[in-house]
Amino acid sequence: MDALRVLIVDDEDDFRETIVKRLCARKILAEGAASGILALKVLETKDFDVIVLDVKMPEMDGIETLRHIKKLKPEIEVIMLTGHASVEFGLKGMQLGAFDYVMKPAPLNELLDTIGQAYNKKRGIVL
Amino acid sequence: MERNYRKLWWQHCLAIICFSVIPLLLVNFSLYSLFDRIYTEKVKETLRSSAENQRDSIDLFFNERIAQLFTVANTNTFEKLTNETYLNKVFEIMHTKSNSYMDMGIIDNEGNHLSYVGPYYSLLKAVNYKNEPWFNAVKANGIYISDIFMGYRKIPHFIIAVMVREKSSSWILRVTINLKNIDDIVQKAWLGNFSDAFLINKANQLQTRPRFGGNFLEAPALPESATSMLERHTYPDFSSIVATKVERRVVYGIDAFYAATPISNTKWVLVIKESPDELLTPLQKGKYWALFLTTLGLAIIATGAALFTNALINRIKATDRENATNSDMLLQANKMIALSKMAAGIAHEVNNPLAAIAEKAGWMKDLLAEEDLAASENFTEFDQSVDKIEQHVDRARKIIHNLLGFARRMEPAKEKINVNNLLDETTGFLENEAKYVNIRFDKHYADSVPVITSDLSQIQQVVLNLLNNAIDAIDHDGTITVSTRYLEKTDEVEIAIADTGKGIAENELSKIFDPFFTTKEVGKGTGLGLSISYSIIEKLGGKIRVQSKVGEGTVFTILLPKQ
Repeated sequence: MDALRVLIVDDEDDFRETIVKRLCARKILAEGAASGILALKVLETKDFDVIVLDVKMPEMDGIETLRHIKKLKPEIEVIMLTGHASVEFGLKGMQLGAFDYVMKPAPLNELLDTIGQAYNKKRGIVL
Repeated sequence: MERNYRKLWWQHCLAIICFSVIPLLLVNFSLYSLFDRIYTEKVKETLRSSAENQRDSIDLFFNERIAQLFTVANTNTFEKLTNETYLNKVFEIMHTKSNSYMDMGIIDNEGNHLSYVGPYYSLLKAVNYKNEPWFNAVKANGIYISDIFMGYRKIPHFIIAVMVREKSSSWILRVTINLKNIDDIVQKAWLGNFSDAFLINKANQLQTRPRFGGNFLEAPALPESATSMLERHTYPDFSSIVATKVERRVVYGIDAFYAATPISNTKWVLVIKESPDELLTPLQKGKYWALFLTTLGLAIIATGAALFTNALINRIKATDRENATNSDMLLQANKMIALSKMAAGIAHEVNNPLAAIAEKAGWMKDLLAEEDLAASENFTEFDQSVDKIEQHVDRARKIIHNLLGFARRMEPAKEKINVNNLLDETTGFLENEAKYVNIRFDKHYADSVPVITSDLSQIQQVVLNLLNNAIDAIDHDGTITVSTRYLEKTDEVEIAIADTGKGIAENELSKIFDPFFTTKEVGKGTGLGLSISYSIIEKLGGKIRVQSKVGEGTVFTILLPKQ
């Protein structure tokens, strides 16, 4: 089985970098992108199974980025990261094709579970 | 700003009264003065005709007397009449039929009193009238009616004399009139109890005795009052009038109607005086009626104005109160909107660093798991610290969750709720806890409460919050009364939660729905419970209200629309 490839898109460096490190520690091929634009650039050269996408970002927000991703690589599953006050963006993301949303700050296990479900869906495994 | 209702009341009331009373008084006064004028004119007219009737009677009396004298003088010869026996016979006939004469005499051309019948025989028989003023007047005019004079008999009297001219000589028939005849006619003009009537001559000397004092040949005088005769004032002088005159005059403070009319046979004037009090009695009655009706009208207007103003002021008061409540509610709602925006902003800003801290702590935990337990002597301390960090991040996360619960602008769910069941279930959660501190739940549910459509979990959250607050307020030993009822008028369900706790001070009551406001000890309450409750109920289209009295307890009332 190929290793799970995850892209974390979040403008908060400390958060993004740590998440990447922790995912890597769990044998996940994780990478980070500091903005929506950078994420799209990375996607041009690399492929991912799941993208974790923050809703609130400067320049290009999560919803906008999601639209581009779904246009570029619709097969990639996207998980929206939202704050408590922006649950509606998570729901909006789901309407636009995101797999699910996770509220920030969330325990890592919750995020891992969701990532796992998204990966299964991508591979066509229904549990 | 508090209105001055008392001032407003007076202003309004006086305005109504003024605008109603002025026309009322104007109409009443103008009607009364018109009535007064017309009635006074009518009274004058009556007086005029009464005076003229009396005058005509007097004239008729004189005409009859003159005619009688002419008849006697021309149907009897001088010789016969100078015979005193015959003259006596004639006088008897005349006197018995009319009772108008005192005496009668025949005087020749030289003024000699040739024959006489009457009570003054000895005094008058020998008198010669040649130099008397009336003797010359009768010689000049052929007929003469004198004024009252004293004459030889020294008693007031007046005479009628006619001259008979024969071929060679002329003689005079003279009679003295019984004054009672004239008095009788004049006294018929005494209409009321205070009216007077008399005759005066051209020199304003009395020719008859007035009712209220005065004597022959004096100037007529007014008694000081109608009943007193001590002090007297001169009458207005009517002696020179040529036609009937009626007027109302105030002489020496005495208001009276005067009618004067000249007698055509003599140079006398008939004067009638009437008291207006008597003549104008109907007018006086009218005046009292008008006064009574005006007073009644004023009373009705004043009462009406007061009642109407009362109603109006009460309505203004109610509107003012409503406006004050509305503006209070609007203020509260605006405060809530501003605060919820701020809360959302804070939550967002805190969320990101909190997420970073959580991840860093997680990463540290990951790394610690790989460490050799023996390699670090502080391993346990690190491990515990990381656990604590995670624990406190979780606590902060919950606070933010609550804060956002208050700020959240999500559409509430819609489901059918039996409010009584919901309350039973919710109190059920707390019954054990309450029993422990000896707090009893008293439930008064109305059966008429309908099933409402709302968000069950949110209402439950609010009720739970209020019940928890009630338990905290009582501390121990007390009662929490939970009651419901259906308000048919507004189609709302009311939930009331009353506690027997310590109550809330008045100055704190207005702040209890503000976020972060709490009276609980530091660390015990976030101060978000009631503000979240407030925003939930507002969002559900309901209202939440509080009433409290320090030392007695607090009642929270929730009103929820049926739909």
